[in-house]
Amino acid sequence: MSDTRNEGFDDFLDAVEDGDPYYLEGPAGDGSLPPRRIDPATGSRELTEKPLPETGEIVTHTQTHVASPGFADDAPFVVAVAEFGPVKITGQMREIDAEDVEIGQTVDIGIDRSETMEERLVVFRPSE
Amino acid sequence: MTAFGASPERTARDLFAQAAGEAFDDAALEPDAVEELFYGNFMGEFAEVQGHQGPLMAEAAGVSGPSTRIESACASSGVAVRHGVNQVRSGQADVVLVGGAERMKNISTAEGTKALSAAADALWEIKAGVTFPGAYSLMANSYFDEFGGTREDLAHIAVKNHSNAVENDLAQFQMAIDIDDVLEAPTVSSPFGLYDCSPMSDGASAAVLVSEEFAEANGLDTSVAITGVGQGSDSLALQDRVSIPETPAAVEAGETAYEDAGITPEDVDVAEVHDCFTIAEVLALESLGFYEPGEAITAAREGETTIDGELPVNLSGGLKAKGHPVGATGGAQISEMTKLLRGDHVNSDAVSDATVGLTHNAGGTVASCVVHVLEVVE
Repeated sequence: MSDTRNEGFDDFLDAVEDGDPYYLEGPAGDGSLPPRRIDPATGSRELTEKPLPETGEIVTHTQTHVASPGFADDAPFVVAVAEFGPVKITGQMREIDAEDVEIGQTVDIGIDRSETMEERLVVFRPSE
Repeated sequence: MTAFGASPERTARDLFAQAAGEAFDDAALEPDAVEELFYGNFMGEFAEVQGHQGPLMAEAAGVSGPSTRIESACASSGVAVRHGVNQVRSGQADVVLVGGAERMKNISTAEGTKALSAAADALWEIKAGVTFPGAYSLMANSYFDEFGGTREDLAHIAVKNHSNAVENDLAQFQMAIDIDDVLEAPTVSSPFGLYDCSPMSDGASAAVLVSEEFAEANGLDTSVAITGVGQGSDSLALQDRVSIPETPAAVEAGETAYEDAGITPEDVDVAEVHDCFTIAEVLALESLGFYEPGEAITAAREGETTIDGELPVNLSGGLKAKGHPVGATGGAQISEMTKLLRGDHVNSDAVSDATVGLTHNAGGTVASCVVHVLEVVE
């Protein structure tokens, strides 16, 4: 993709970097992530920014050895999906050995840059 | 369908022309009988810098009339078949050409991996480094955590599907493997080794769909009919789903197809399911109602889905061993299932009494799924 910002998505990454991450809450209390104009759960256009819970819980993970060209120099790396309250987020693990990553672990969200392309990406670190 | 495998110098238009020509011969019809084309293709822009493939492929097949390319990732040609069936059922056409093609082996594995990952969410998954094997690995590890299961259970699926392909001359890998081959293969994305993954392939598929009235009026041999069609969708990204190790799009597609055909899962004698990765076969069998969630992981290991099992699955070799030229796969399932039921597939003898077959074609991490029921109608 080009270097042009992706509205909503890059705003979320900015918010994580600023220490103020958020999700979008629909009228039924459901959560989603930007960019959104319509709540996927209810169809409502009433979306409210809510603070993302400070910690999340890993719900699944994998260590990828064969990567896309954009992550060739990053491999092997661990991708995880972590649940932060009503939303799940995908990111790469940092500051933990691959064999030590487990479902159920508590993590903090952050932003790092990939080694190959030096592009921003969501990362998770084990909570203190 | 063409033989699947590596033919990197052949263009997709040439592959599809071959498949279409064979379909015309099989149907005993000429291209000018076709009123409309629905054609599946996923990554033509990556591999051949070729978009707008509907008219291109119609011309390659000698067909005039409306032509539409369907892109639903790995379900592209399955969805094309569904559109063709609906067009005939609605009375809009009596003869429709459906199928698809993909050229993948003319680019590197790394470029192919990049192309395939485009079926995932470009913002929330690809930017985190998710590959296609990686996405299904996330599903597999979640499945293991939720329901149990081991890499060895998955290995039995790869061994079974390779075994089924040994005598299938259209298959990419006519090669038996054993459990150790699977378990000792290089890791692609944990828990998957190389043999848990379907290959990149070149190939095409095509089928001529006709109305009952047209078949009768023209004395065509149509001993197998598509009697049930269903399609479902889900959130594109795994992170947006309620349960990562389940595929509700396949549940919806299956239930719709069963109702359409007036059958239940118990009526199905043989199935071709979308085993792009070994875990995908497990998820398919559970979503289609053949097994309860968490129960299909041992089906191959227990011999329940092997060639002599109660429900033989992927007698063609599946995507795993027959090959997976993405845009051709759903159409190839229709082609292989028709032959299995008709009695002219190399593995037909294993299901000589079968009258009901099911095909399950999935796109992405089953954000798209289309199911067809085929029945012997003579």
